[in-house]
Amino acid sequence: MRAGGWQVRLEERLESGARRSWMGPGVAIVAAFLLGAVLIAAAGLDPLQIYGHILHTAFGSAWGWSDTLVKATPIMLCGLGVAVAFRMRLWNIGAEGQLWMGAWAASGVALGWLPASTPRPVMLAVMALAAMAAGAAWGAIPGWLKARMGVSEIITTLMLNYVAFQWVCWFVFGPWSERGFQLTPQFPSSAWLPRLSDAAHLSPSFSGLTVHAGIGIALIAAVVVSLLMDRSRWGFEVRVTGDGPRAAQHAGMPIARNTVLALALTGALSGLAGMSEVAGVVHRLQDRFSPGFGFTAIIVAWLAGLRPWAVVVVSVLFGGLLVGGKEIQPAGIPQMLQGLVLLVIVGAEGIARYRLRVSRAEAGA
Amino acid sequence: MALPSDYPEPQQPAAVAMRSVCKRFPGVVANDDVDFDLREGEIHALLGENGAGKSTLMSILAGLYQPDSGSIRLHGELVRFRSPRDAIARGIGMVHQQFMLVSSLTVAENVALGMPEPRFLVARSRIEREVHALSERHGLHVDPSAFVWQLSVGEQQRVEILKALHRGARVLVLDEPTAVLSPQEVAAMFEALRALVDEGRSVVLISHKLDEVLRAADRLTVMRHGRIVASGMPARWTTREELARTMVGRPVLLDLQKKPASPGDAVLRTSHLAVRGDKGLLSVRDLDLEVRAGEIVGIAGVAGSGQRELSEALAGLRPVESGAVELGGRDATRWTTRERIDAGLGYVPEDRAVEGAVGALGIDENLALKAYRKPPLARGWQIDREKMTQIAKERIREFDIAAPGPSTAAGTLSGGNLQKVILARELSAGPKALVAAQPTRGLDIGATETVHKLLLGLRDKGVGVLLISEDLEEILSLSDRIVVMCQGRATGTLSAQDANPEAIGLMMGGAASEDA
Repeated sequence: MRAGGWQVRLEERLESGARRSWMGPGVAIVAAFLLGAVLIAAAGLDPLQIYGHILHTAFGSAWGWSDTLVKATPIMLCGLGVAVAFRMRLWNIGAEGQLWMGAWAASGVALGWLPASTPRPVMLAVMALAAMAAGAAWGAIPGWLKARMGVSEIITTLMLNYVAFQWVCWFVFGPWSERGFQLTPQFPSSAWLPRLSDAAHLSPSFSGLTVHAGIGIALIAAVVVSLLMDRSRWGFEVRVTGDGPRAAQHAGMPIARNTVLALALTGALSGLAGMSEVAGVVHRLQDRFSPGFGFTAIIVAWLAGLRPWAVVVVSVLFGGLLVGGKEIQPAGIPQMLQGLVLLVIVGAEGIARYRLRVSRAEAGA
Repeated sequence: MALPSDYPEPQQPAAVAMRSVCKRFPGVVANDDVDFDLREGEIHALLGENGAGKSTLMSILAGLYQPDSGSIRLHGELVRFRSPRDAIARGIGMVHQQFMLVSSLTVAENVALGMPEPRFLVARSRIEREVHALSERHGLHVDPSAFVWQLSVGEQQRVEILKALHRGARVLVLDEPTAVLSPQEVAAMFEALRALVDEGRSVVLISHKLDEVLRAADRLTVMRHGRIVASGMPARWTTREELARTMVGRPVLLDLQKKPASPGDAVLRTSHLAVRGDKGLLSVRDLDLEVRAGEIVGIAGVAGSGQRELSEALAGLRPVESGAVELGGRDATRWTTRERIDAGLGYVPEDRAVEGAVGALGIDENLALKAYRKPPLARGWQIDREKMTQIAKERIREFDIAAPGPSTAAGTLSGGNLQKVILARELSAGPKALVAAQPTRGLDIGATETVHKLLLGLRDKGVGVLLISEDLEEILSLSDRIVVMCQGRATGTLSAQDANPEAIGLMMGGAASEDA
């Protein structure tokens, strides 16, 4: 492009992205909200009012916070899992299906594989283990196919989502159905994760707060994943394999084994999300209990730069968006913002590789 | 240092005159106020280390880059090239290091590609006739109807030159043309180039091989850090040592001081080894090889003779078709890469940026790429990060790695420093045998010197080194024994005393020696 003796060029940057990595997510969120504001205004609404409402509903009160954390919990667990797989450049987009399988296994335990009289800690522990095992298996299948036969995990994890969904539907409509409705009977109370409102006798301010122990599980998971990725030998192998697969091979790292393990770990965490959802929120399995937590988790993990603690923060933000956007008309604003955030991030990745250079156009010739 | 004005001006008219050329890339000034003169009828060598700016300068001449400032005159006329097409139209042809050929097309079709006329229909027989005539006239023999994938690297290079000539090139630029050729092919190519300049054409030879340049070129221009440090000096007026000093900016030890080897037991051995390449064909066949402790065995051969497949099979990265690999006297044919590492096999891979290191990770983590599994770095399930940093600091000092700190990303290091990181890792593991594949490819003279010293030091400490290199000078100056490979077979074994480039060159072409 040339104008009046000056020329403007798009030049590829040479330096790596360390300096802008922390800026990326913040800028992306702000840019997404600005773009969203334009769209909202175009629809004839006041963006400031809508954003204010979202902020107030999600973070303006104890109840708001409680609801936000409830929504954030499954996103956080799935997001942590997805971040591990992505770190190894395994594009697991099957967290949703793994969450469904986890919910199914946990429901199986609660609905009769263990008697209703089982003590609550035992019941919950077995449910969690069963959910993790089911999710892990659902993740290990694509992992094994990838490691042994080079099948793209993008396709297999995506397709297994539908299989998981149909699998749960069959149980919900069939053997586990309550009087023909598409939901199971309620779990015995021994299979309920404790809620903050259960402790209302300790402090009246806890009453009505539905936040449950799942958030605690998610935070513990964040600690574990963080230690695993930054401190452990396995995490080192995962990072090396992700950033330099050929170098990992030359260093003799067990890539095939770790592919299966990483996807199984993602699955286990997503499965745990499913358990936390059925045991903490709905107390039964029904056909549409997840609004796509496993997909939102992909955006969250990416936005968080695959860092476990950033996943925690971003999950809460996205949980707030879900809560705050619930009563907003037109509906779909939260989804629109989510989509915009992803779009901006992906776009920024490309744009950040270039920079504008303005120079004097050479004279003569 | 001699100044340009010290030399007599050549009598021939100027073909190219570049004046005050500047070209900046983000973070570097590739060409800083560069003047370059090329005469008609001369072979002019452009020398310099990596990053000296020689390829950039010639890419500007060939229209690939536009200079930020400066001018180009072609036969006295001011020109301005907006694209390679402009440059080609004005008779400038460039043969790049990476050939720009379509392997599924024939030689003639490749020559026809990019021709302005005809636009749609190509008369194949006519082109084939033309290419045939051209190749006969210039002694660049190649079958016009052969598919490019069937050709050897040397033949492909001839196709590139023919392509340029067919488009009417008067000025031919060759970027590192001899890297892929055997000595005989090099000699033949220089002969062909000489014939071209005798017809009044001009040739620019971009190179860093001193001997070759002194043999083939009429005049030399040397670049360092984007500037010209010697301009148009007649080749017969200078020496190898002086050239090296001019290129590097300090005296360089070209001939290594080598103690006689005192080899011990075999540490690495193959017997009747056969390995398949990526296309499923046998790339290594019936190869017997023995590396003893305390010696350097060099593998010589033109590119693609099976060196890559051999080194990968030794490291356990490529399955062995038949035959056996022994490490330290034990059958290691079926061992995994990790088992071989644990048994004391070090490996300096060919592609250091992709296979040897992880660019996104720090120097410290790259140094720990193999050692993380064992104490002191491993502590239970954990990795001791403090220890990792401490070790990295020690290695950076010990191996004189130029980097801001231990966590500097490996991808930001120069080739020489990255290779030092890789060598530091492999050497510190205390190997019994080391496979070094193209350990100095693309490195400048200073870094090459360091790598050579490290390899010799390793040998003197009793490690068996297998040196795989396409650089014959390197093989000759480091090896105690030399094995020549051609099409996957060993075509000869020579002791360092008996070895000379001519004998090796013949074996590289496939002639088996008597004492093999």
